[in-house]
Amino acid sequence: MPAVAETLDTVQSVTSTGYKWGFETDIEMEFAPKGLNEDIVRFISRKKNEPEWLLEWRLKAFALWQKMEEPRWAAVKYPPIDYQDAYYFAAPKQKDRPKSLDEVDPELLRTYEKLGIPLKEQAWLAGVEPREGEGDVPVAVDAVFDSVSVATTFKDRLAKEGIIFCSISEAVHEYPELVRQYLGTVVPQGDNFYAALNSAVFTDGSFVYVPKGVRCPMELSTYFRINAKSTGQFERTLIIADEGSYVSYLEGCTAPMRDENQLHAAVVELVALDDATIKYSTVQNWYPGDENGKGGIYNFVTKRAHCRGRRSKVSWTQVETGSAITWKYPSCVLLGDDSVGEFYSVAIANNFQQADTGTKMIHVGKRTKSTIVSKGISAGQGQNTYRGLVRVAPTASQARNFTQCDSLLIGDRCGAHTVPYIENRCLTAKVEHEATTSRIAEDQLFYCRSRGLSEEDSVGLIVNGFCREVLKELPMEFAVEAQKLLQISLEGSVG
Amino acid sequence: MTLKIEGLTAEVEGKTILQGIDLEVPQGEIHAIMGPNGSGKSTLSYVLAGREGYEVTGGTATFNGQDLLALEPEERAAAGLFLAFQYPVELPGVGNALFLRTALNAIRKTRGEPELDAMQFLKLARERMRALHMPEDMLKRGVNVSFSGGEKKRNEVLQMALLQPKMAILDETDSGLDIDALKVVADGVNAQRGPGFSALVITHYQRLLNYIVPDRVHVLVKGRIVRSGGPELAQELERAGYATVQAAA
Repeated sequence: MPAVAETLDTVQSVTSTGYKWGFETDIEMEFAPKGLNEDIVRFISRKKNEPEWLLEWRLKAFALWQKMEEPRWAAVKYPPIDYQDAYYFAAPKQKDRPKSLDEVDPELLRTYEKLGIPLKEQAWLAGVEPREGEGDVPVAVDAVFDSVSVATTFKDRLAKEGIIFCSISEAVHEYPELVRQYLGTVVPQGDNFYAALNSAVFTDGSFVYVPKGVRCPMELSTYFRINAKSTGQFERTLIIADEGSYVSYLEGCTAPMRDENQLHAAVVELVALDDATIKYSTVQNWYPGDENGKGGIYNFVTKRAHCRGRRSKVSWTQVETGSAITWKYPSCVLLGDDSVGEFYSVAIANNFQQADTGTKMIHVGKRTKSTIVSKGISAGQGQNTYRGLVRVAPTASQARNFTQCDSLLIGDRCGAHTVPYIENRCLTAKVEHEATTSRIAEDQLFYCRSRGLSEEDSVGLIVNGFCREVLKELPMEFAVEAQKLLQISLEGSVG
Repeated sequence: MTLKIEGLTAEVEGKTILQGIDLEVPQGEIHAIMGPNGSGKSTLSYVLAGREGYEVTGGTATFNGQDLLALEPEERAAAGLFLAFQYPVELPGVGNALFLRTALNAIRKTRGEPELDAMQFLKLARERMRALHMPEDMLKRGVNVSFSGGEKKRNEVLQMALLQPKMAILDETDSGLDIDALKVVADGVNAQRGPGFSALVITHYQRLLNYIVPDRVHVLVKGRIVRSGGPELAQELERAGYATVQAAA
């Protein structure tokens, strides 16, 4: 119908001004010289006062990286990246590491306040108990600003349970045996081009260790913020859940609006031992670029989990609304018998965003089970690809996988692609795959509008309905935020 | 709150469907529009509700003096117009309670009334559902998803009961309903009946009008109203069929 196209144009012309996190914080920064070579790797290691073994580890990664080539198999297009034209270390200038929030640059704290991060440690330090029983569940936060972790909250309270939650730089000094034992064991230095780059130059990130039998009493959360210009962010996160423990971890990310593209190449490693459960949730809201496709973050991230024990379980939930390009496949290697891997994903590609995301479920142990639910939403001229691998080794008798990939198209200039790989080498395994593609139908929109909802609210409601199976996996605090984010990300995309 | 339609013409995909409708529904009255298939009954309801693709080519429609045709569908809803769909649309994953509350709050907002929180809404919804003899689990399900035909129509009536429109257009709400469902629909409309509520009941059969007795009946043939009269006109049509009026048109 002609009128539909008309509305599409009208609404598109009022297009998204939606990125609310595009401010820049004016803070004195310390940079390493531009470019990347062995000296920069040494500089970073020295700046962080690292032990010799870690420097060697970085240098090995750098040597590997130099021999590697950027992956080209993803369905994303971008001009060549000049890796020598970026800063690999940028840190807010400070003499020593802050001992408390009082010593943190107030400008930084204001930034986090704007981001709505519950830096409740201020109250905590002042001896104010969190109001439990009023539904106000505390969230422990680690905030990473450009390359440096600036504040971790609730540390003392967690320490009482034996839980370690700190920046990875701190962990290198305080818990070197743990870091050394696990770092790079899930994602080795030479795993892929971006992981190698990250291993050479990673600057900070979060470290979590939950001891045997401990159920972490609160959500652990890290907020990542790229602020400085021409800076890459390379954070590294390592989470270890010892036997019988449980932890739920959330990460959020934002960046200022810039015309240039900035690189974000993180590595996340999760290790779950016998009967341990790790729930890892991401709300990724890096700057997506403007409505003409200028600027935005290149989000090239390697996330992987090892379910090493019997009945260990890892659940990835991601809501990917930001970034110009997303290249990300949070995966589970199901080594232990009866271990479980889950992947719940919502990915939006609006305007000129490109998302190539999915998961790998590698079944090795007996009776291992995996579930994949992927919801891709394409709008504007966005391109959204689900790429997933389910591999069942001959050892994984009676393994089970269920995969569901749904794509939703808004408008007629976007694309949705599904690329599922299934490699089954086990006769007793059962692998299921379901896929659907649909549009937001004109009659759905009209139905909502005739009930008094605006066009934007109608799209929001329909999209949230489409994503419901994934959103319900998010912890409460994030679910509401994610729903709003979905709607904001799709502003101006109605069709 | 009078609905006044004058010389309304409209086309769908380049084909003229409404050939000049003149109709006035005064506040507090219920009018029925009857007509054979393809006479333009549904087109009229979509044009009044503002559906895209239903192009008005001439004439006017005002609602309480306000130019209805200049408004977006959601603005028409805010002005107090409600369309009960012939084929209610499914919204997978959207909970019925959330949908109804979002709609109600959107309308309350435009009326300058405070929004209802989940608990307040639930209380109100349960109350209305009890009055309409509807099972409470309808709130928990996805909007119209795997609803039977009758449940979908009941859901429309529930929405009407919650949104409290000033004018409801019921587009063949009776089609495909068994007698019990038909009574629920009729009860829903009759419960609203009063000086502040008017309705345009569009139907193919006279059956519904036994339960919702209209003040006036209009016969729509080939995009024009060819006859108007009291409730007895519906019975006459039931006896003689549309052939006589069609011949007259």
